[in-house]
Order: sequence, then structure tokens, then C-alpha cells
Amino acid sequence: MQSFTYERAASAEQAGAAVAARPDAKFISGGTNLLDLMKLEIERPAHLVDISRLPLDRIEETAAGGLRVGAQVRNSDLAADPRVRSRYPMLTQALLAGASGQIRNKASTSGNLLQRTRCPYFYDRNMPCNKREPGSGCAALQGFNRMHAVLGASQACIAVHPSDMAVAMAGLDASVETISPGGETRTMPIGDLHRLPEATPHVETVLGHGEMIAAVTLPPPPPGRQVYRKVRDRASYAFALVSVAAIVEKSGDRIRSARIALGGVAAKPWRATEAEHMLAGAAASDGAFTDAAEAALAGAVGHGGNDFKIPLAKRTMRHTLAAAVESA
Amino acid sequence: MTETKTRENRPSKTRSGVIGRPIDRIDGPLKVTGGATYAYENALDGTAYGYILGAAVAKGRIAEIDTAEAERAPAVLLVMTHRNAPAQPDFGPAVTPTVPEVFTRARPALNSERVRYYDEPVALVVAETFEAARAAAGLIKVRYDEEPGLYDLPGHMADAYAPKRTNAGFETDSVIGDFEGAFAAAPVKIDATYRTPFEHHNPMEPHATLAAWSGNELTIHTSAQTLANFRAGVASTLGIPPERVRIVSPFIGGGFGSKLIAHADTILAALAAQVLQRPVKIALTRQQMFANAGHRAEMIQQVRLGADTDGRLTGIAHDVWSATSSFEEYCEQTAVFARSLYAAPNRVTRHRLVPLDINRGEWMRSPGEAPGMLAFECAMDELAERLGLDPIELRIRNEPAQDPERGVPFSTRNLVACMKEGARRFGWERRNPTPGRAREGRKLIGCGMAAAIRPNYIGAATARVAIDRDGRVTARLDMTDIGTGTYTILTQIAADSLGLPISSIKVELGDSRFPRTAGSGGSWGAASAGSALYNACNALKERILEAAQSSEASPLRGANATEASFADGEVSVGQRSASLADLVRRIAPGGFEAEGSVAAGAATQSYKAYSQHSNGAHFAEVAVDCDTGEIRMRRMLAVMGAGRILNPKTARSQIIGGMTWGIGAALMEQTVLDRRYGHFVNHDLAEYHVPINGDVPEMEVVFLEEHDDKANPFGAKGIGELGVCGAGAAVANAIYNATGVRVRDFPITLDKLLPALPVIAI
Ligand SMILES: Cc1cc2nc3c(=O)[nH]c(=O)nc-3n(C[C@H](O)[C@H](O)[C@H](O)COP(=O)(O)OP(=O)(O)OC[C@H]3O[C@@H](n4cnc5c(N)ncnc54)[C@H](O)[C@@H]3O)c2cc1C
Ligand code: SF4
Repeated sequence: MQSFTYERAASAEQAGAAVAARPDAKFISGGTNLLDLMKLEIERPAHLVDISRLPLDRIEETAAGGLRVGAQVRNSDLAADPRVRSRYPMLTQALLAGASGQIRNKASTSGNLLQRTRCPYFYDRNMPCNKREPGSGCAALQGFNRMHAVLGASQACIAVHPSDMAVAMAGLDASVETISPGGETRTMPIGDLHRLPEATPHVETVLGHGEMIAAVTLPPPPPGRQVYRKVRDRASYAFALVSVAAIVEKSGDRIRSARIALGGVAAKPWRATEAEHMLAGAAASDGAFTDAAEAALAGAVGHGGNDFKIPLAKRTMRHTLAAAVESA
Repeated sequence: MTETKTRENRPSKTRSGVIGRPIDRIDGPLKVTGGATYAYENALDGTAYGYILGAAVAKGRIAEIDTAEAERAPAVLLVMTHRNAPAQPDFGPAVTPTVPEVFTRARPALNSERVRYYDEPVALVVAETFEAARAAAGLIKVRYDEEPGLYDLPGHMADAYAPKRTNAGFETDSVIGDFEGAFAAAPVKIDATYRTPFEHHNPMEPHATLAAWSGNELTIHTSAQTLANFRAGVASTLGIPPERVRIVSPFIGGGFGSKLIAHADTILAALAAQVLQRPVKIALTRQQMFANAGHRAEMIQQVRLGADTDGRLTGIAHDVWSATSSFEEYCEQTAVFARSLYAAPNRVTRHRLVPLDINRGEWMRSPGEAPGMLAFECAMDELAERLGLDPIELRIRNEPAQDPERGVPFSTRNLVACMKEGARRFGWERRNPTPGRAREGRKLIGCGMAAAIRPNYIGAATARVAIDRDGRVTARLDMTDIGTGTYTILTQIAADSLGLPISSIKVELGDSRFPRTAGSGGSWGAASAGSALYNACNALKERILEAAQSSEASPLRGANATEASFADGEVSVGQRSASLADLVRRIAPGGFEAEGSVAAGAATQSYKAYSQHSNGAHFAEVAVDCDTGEIRMRRMLAVMGAGRILNPKTARSQIIGGMTWGIGAALMEQTVLDRRYGHFVNHDLAEYHVPINGDVPEMEVVFLEEHDDKANPFGAKGIGELGVCGAGAAVANAIYNATGVRVRDFPITLDKLLPALPVIAI
């Protein structure tokens, strides 16, 4: 870890300006991801602006009937909020399926969205990695890529985004509110926050330097039953091999609408829009779920070690849809 | 060695006897309150902090190393590389002339520009703080001349060779009868090849050392299982007599075999402390532990079983190919257990090694049985199915009357009793022998079992025990407690022997100034150190009685000593008795002291005349998600015949810990060696999975009443590793029973199961 200077931000505006003032500055929230990366010198910021004490830790009702979640709301608090538990149960399930109790107590909403990939080659400075060192190559492509992406990847990078929370939020059509160093705010659908790797895997989001996430807004809960299903190698404390966030609204024997987001398969939470269209109006049947799962993974490409994720995602999606319908 | 005459030839089983009672851990309160000081927590004035920089390539040489910037960095005291490290002997040949030399040989660090494995130390930075040292290490620039290396066991099977011996000095091969002929003629047979991956010990406490010189005397606070080995290894590396090295290791946060020899943290701390004339502290990082603190090697195992139609084995062959290091051989004794487990007239066991450019493998909990039984006990399950026989019945039909290869009787053997008792308790008869039939909702349910066997070892040990005028007893030996309960067991043995309460006994361990033992390893700790202490207590009693009979001041003067006993704080001779403390105060105000010893088991007559093993039976029930293939444990049971149980609480903890290792080996533990770069890819605890609480089901442990009078004075046998042996195979067999899918490539992760799992209608 390289030495760095540290300041505690006084306000959201000042925080952004402080980061914008130095190209080697970064925000720090809970630090559960950034500090690990700094110890291994994968991230080497020379200046840290601590935003964890800013008054962005509230969960408020919106006029539209949704919730506005401050960027500094801890993962544990968000999961435990009674409004979240009753109206967005899928979000609580996703949060509680992530990391450990200790980490969730520290991790912030914004930090969770912006946590970086767990690709082991990214974590080892001796290995080629385009994300860490643009142009050096991708060691995972021909290497140990069991955890890697099957959708939206490129020859430059096949890493996945590891967040569970973000997958549920994507399924819930959340939007992300940011504040720029100049004080302007903007709001974008959560699906626009992360970028696919293409030729520049080191550019992971659309945020500018010094642009800070202020909040995540959840629209009013959509009709239908919500289920988050995470598949992993052990019972807890493991990243998703594949996860599925599904909301299915039924009308009689038919599906009125469905929203599906997949985790563990791409560099961002993956909305399965094609599958959603197919399901709208379809009979709630095994066949429909199977077809939807096929459609969702139609463009999937394996890289050897992660080939299994394609059938796994399909099987998991099929069953998660069925579970959402059953309990609808 | 102290000559001991024993009046009572067996420790008391009753009355004031505290052996066999579930005494709480003596060191428990210290550990949970933070009062137990671990190696890296020791503080000495003026301590400097080291940080190791590891090689970025797995094979080659350092062409250039630029330390200038690191040397100029704030608070840096020393940057050590092969160019300026104090002289050390060369590493020497890959195989030592004798087995013990593996433990005591020099293990130099930073003594060559050669890189032998990925992350081998290439520099050490020492600074005023850990942070400064780590930051400066990041400033060192190294250019390597990289050379192509070998990292692929299956790809280099043609390079396999037969070592001269396996670990622990077993014969590399054993051949009895004509296996090939018997196998060819067998009406029923199994020929199955299994793969087990690299695994890492990952004790919670990392390898860490604080080294301090005082004149030419070196004191090393470290985390070590066997102090004598550490001492000898450090001394030969530094080129000084062992008497000038003191090793201190009173508390150890787990070792599992990875702390039997000194590693780079110890050697480099000693060297840097010498150069700087200041105490130096170094810990391996978790990532560094993967390359620098041993592993279990990747293996390919072929098991061939031939049987007649009644299920009697006619031939057994267990062939093992294991990865080893190109510069230092390690051959895990993976097939050795098969020499003692089942009867069969024709048998072969063989070990072959494939050298790779990796660091040496080390002893990892249950070396041999852990990977070997994982494969072999699955093959037995496969054979049972092919025969249409219950797996327990198959094992009963092949129960040998004596050790099938050595031809000597077993000292005790309760394998069949363990299996029968286990079957009864587990409800084995409710298992559907046809796989893939039991379903609960969308879970496929299955049950499996496997046998357990583990040799009983005794290492040479000496203990010293003293009693003072207040009746307080202090026992000292260089034994270690690696979390197993040694402090507790030894306290019980001394209390029992001297007839004193637990509170009067103080056991001091983990200092090489104390009498030498074999330390903790091979499950021999309790039996070896315990026997030495038992003999020391007998010698002490002898001394007390002699003085009591002859001393003017003794209330027992002239008493007939043949009926003497020590119980309830009193010494009784015939009809007369006196308080032990009072007696000591009167006749020897300075107290008494005595030593006792045991010889290494292998050298004893009883070891030669009897095949000594612990046995057991494991049972497991799993649930497999039919959609995702996720495997979760539902329950486990182990029934063990392991001699006399000294403390059921610590014994149970050992067994459930071992069973948890079985879950890990069956379901998740695997270190991936990158076949291109030669590094362990998943080298942290986020990516190297060990079972967490949620993975560990309800576990039941039952000990059968057993007393092995051939093993030692207590009738106890090693249990620390028995829990691992066969546990993973029981899980794997349960998965097969649940799904009908036999995965022979461990660990059994869901991706290997999924392709064969049918899609079940919703
Ligand atoms: C062992 C382990 C297991 C884990 N398992 C899981 C898991 O199963 N599922 C899962 O989802 N997660 C898992 N996590 C990850 C965990 O969820 C993240 O570490 C955590 O959410 C990060 O939040 P933080 O506040 O600590 O972020 P920090 O570490 O503080 O920051 C992360 C990044 O976000 C940036 N940042 C933070 N806040 C803002 C802001 N407001 N605006 C702009 N930039 C910002 C920082 O500059 C930094 O780059 C695991 C972590 C560990 C260590
Ligand atoms: S997958 Fe991406 S993060 Fe991983 S090595 Fe390749 S470029 Fe780096």
C-alpha cells in the first residue's frame, strides 16, 4: 500500500470538488473493497476523500411512492428496513445473500454499486490484466475463468460485476442520482451506470472523475411477486456463480408482466429484456419459463471454465420464474 | 532418559481420576479474552518490521534488481536481497539422506538469483513500521530472465518417477501375490481414476516470527508445531549451534502440518535481526502463505478392485501419481493406508511423482489418508453397487483377521463395530440403495458411508515435572498446543497421576528450553507427550515416596511403600496417609523434580509386533438442488474406535473439525495452479473456499469403548486426524446416492454434477 493523504468531506459538493482537484484522488465509503485493493496496490490513490460521514444515510419515501436510498445507507440497514422488506423483498434477499454480516455493516449502497470485479488475475499485479493495466492483455481469457462472464464480454475482458444488490436494483428499475464536482445533479437508470468492457475494460462506469453517487431511487414496487435466487459454491460468503432477480405478475393462468435481471454473468447486472417480452401475456408454464431462459442466454458465450454458467443460468432462471409464479 | 519404576502400571480410571472427563479447555478463557499472545503480537522494544517481496515468475533468474528507491523510502532500515543477505548454506539435494533431515535441513532464503517457484522471496524490506516496509517493497523493480517451467501434472505423466520412500519413511511400493492375474480373472471389478486438487492448510494464524538476538543467542517467537525441528532448521540455515537458538511458541492459531518446519518468515526475521541488531518481526500475508507455507499436492489415483461374486476382494491396486517440487521431493503416503484396510490375497500399492516447478508440498492434516481414502472409499462404494451389495456388508466381508500386508495382529480394531453402530444410529437401513430415488421437493436426498483408518504414531518425548512446597505442580515440555487441547489433556494426566485437583497443575509448553518432544503432528501429541509426562509423574512419585520413607521429618517414615497411592491430595502408604503438600513441605522445602520419557513408537517391540491403528465409520446425508446442482450437507455421523478417550470434549472437537475438512475436500477446497504461469490463482480466502458455518450440518460423534494396551500406558491412540479419514468419501458417496452421478474429480462442485442432472418438470 502506498501512502496517501486523507480528508473527511464536509459536504457532498466539497467532496466532489476535492476529488476533481486531483487526478489521483478517490472517494472512500465503507472501504471494504477499496482498502483491500489498496493493500495489494491494485488501486493506488494518493488522496482519499472520506464521504462515509456525509448525511446521505437516510431512506426516504418519494412523492411517487418509492424510496430514495442515500448513498451512505449501510447494506445491513437497507436490508433490515421494514419498508424495503415488505415492498422490495427481493432487495433484502439480495443484500443478505452478499458478503458477511461484518462487511454488510460497513459497506455502503454506493460502494456496493461501484465495487470492482473479483477476477483473481485483476487481483494479482504480476498477471496481465487489461482492466488493471490497459493493453497488458487478459489472463483470464485462456486461464482460470470459472467465475467469469458469459454475456456482454469482449476479447479485452471477461470479468463480472460481483454485486448482488445491484442485480435486485436493476430488476426493480432503480435509478442512480449523482452530483458532479460543480454541484449539478443528474439521474440515470441503473442499467446505464456500468459499461460493458468492449475495448476499455478499465472504464467501468459512466461517472466522471469527482462525480459522486448521492442516492439510489426505487420506483414504487412493481406488481407481482419478487424472488432473488443466488447460486454459489458454498452456503454463504461466496460470490454468485449465477443469480436471478425475478418479479412476475400473474393474471389468472397467464403472466401479465415479468422483470428479470441476472447476476454473475456480465460486467453489469444483466436485464433479460427479450425474455421479459416473451413472458408478457404467455401462459405461466414450464414451457414458457424454459423458452424465456433460452432467450435470455441466447447470446451467451463460454470461455471454457465458465461454460457451465450458461445451462446453470437457464436452469436457475426457469426455476426462479416458477417459484415467483407459484408464490404469486 | 530417566529410568522409571512404576508402582501402578495404569493410570486410575475412577475415583479422583480426571482422565476421560470432558474438562473444558484450560487455555479457553485466555484465548477468548485475548490473553493468549500469538507470535506476531509479541512486543519487544525497538522492533522493526519486515515485508517480503515475492517473485513475479515461477522459474528463471533475477537479471536485475533495483532497490534504490525502496532504500530511500521513509523509515526503511534495510533492503535485503540475494546480493547482501548474510551467507547461508546451499539448499542441497532434493532428497535428504534420511527422513529426519527433511525437518532439520537448512532452508536458506534470499541466497541465490535463481527463482524456483512463483512468489519465492526475492527481497525483504525492513522498516520502522509494517506499513512503511510494505510500501517500500512496492518500489523495488525486478527484471527476470524467465524460463519455461512445468506446471501441469496430467500433462507430464511421462516424467513420473518412483521415489525412494514416501513421507514418514514408508516403502514406495508394496506388492503381494499377483494382482494383475487376479484382476484379470475377477468376475466383478472396478477400475476408476480419481483426481484430487492442490489444497492449502490455511490456519487462521499466519506464519509469523519475531526474532531477537542477544549477543550470539537468538530467540524466536513464532507459530510452530514442532519446536525441535524449528530449532534445528534455523540453526543449520544460520550456521550456528542449535543450543544458541531458542524457539518460543506457547499459542498457535492452527497449523494442520504447515508449521512443522521453519519458513521464510522465520529465516528472514532471524537474518534481518542479525544484520540490524534489532528485533525483527515478519508475517507471511495470506496470499504469500499459498506459495511459501506448503500445500497438499495435486494427485491422480487409479484404484482397481477385483472381487468374486460374493464380494470377497481378490485383488486391490492403488496407484498414485502426485505432483512434487522439482527441487525438493515430497511424496505423500497416499496409498499406504490401503496396506492395512481390507483383506485380499493379491495387492499392489504404488507411489509415483511428477516434478513441477512449484514449492515443496508439506504434511497436511491426515497426509495419505485424506486424499487416498477420498478415492479408495469411493471405489469401494462403486464396487458395492456393482455387486448389488450394501457398502457396509462389502466391508464386513473383507475385514481382515490381521494386518493384511504386515501379517501381524491388530492391537485393537473395531472397524466392523463402528460401522454397525453407525448404521444403527444413522438409520442406514432407510437409505434407498438405488441412487437418485429420494426426493424432497426439488432436493435430491442421498446417504453415504465410508470407513476410516489412521495409524497410531508415538514420537520420542521427555517431560519434566516439579512439585513445590505448596503442592503446586509444574510440568514442562517443548510440546505445543495447536488448538487441539494439549494443555488440557496434559493437565488431566498430571492431576490424575498425582491425585491432585486440576487447579494445582500448571502445564508449560512451547519453549525449546523445556525437555524435547516430537511436538504436534501425525496425531501423536497426546500419546507421546502424555506418556512422557505420565512417566515423569511416576518418577516424581517415586522420589517423593523414597524421601517420605527415609526423611526424619516425614509422617510416613518407615511405611511400607509397595501399597502407596496418590489420591485426593493425599499420599497413602498402607494404613498411613498424609497430605501431599504437607509432606513435601516437611521433607523437601525445595520441592521435588523428575523427568520421564518415551521412545519413538517405531523403535518399540509392541509397534513391531502389532499393527496399531485407530478406526471409524463415517456417515453423511446430503441434499442436492435438482435445478442448480448445489450440494448442501444435512447431517453427519462418525463412530470411532480410537483407544481410550482422554477427554471426550476435546476429542469430539478434533473429530468434528476433521469431518469439516472432509466436507471441504469433497465439496469445495481446491487451489488452482495456473498451467501457464505456475502460480496459485485463487490465493486468498475469498476465492479458496473452506466450509463456513452454514456448510456444516448437525454432526454426531460417538466413541466406542476401547483400550489399546499395546499403544501406551493410557490405552489411548491418536485422533487428531482420524476425523478427516474417509469423511470426504462418505459425502461423495452420499452425492452419488442422491443423484446417480459419480464425480471422480474432486472437489465435487456443481458444474461437474450439472451436465448429468436431468431437468425435472416443474
Ligand atoms: C470477502 C468478501 C466477500 C464479499 N461477498 C460479496 C457478495 O457475495 N456479494 C456482494 O454483492 N458483495 C460482496 N462483497 C463486496 C461488498 O459488497 C463490497 O465490498 C461493498 O459493498 C463495498 O462498499 P464500501 O462502501 O465498503 O465501498 P468502498 O470500498 O468504500 O468503495 C468502493 C468503490 O466505490 C467508490 N465509491 C464509494 N462510494 C462512492 C460514491 N458515493 N460515489 C462515487 N464513488 C464511490 C470508491 O471510490 C471505490 O472505488 C464481498 C466483499 C468481501 C471483502
Ligand atoms: S477478465 Fe478482465 S479483470 Fe480479469 S484478467 Fe481479464 S481483463 Fe483483467
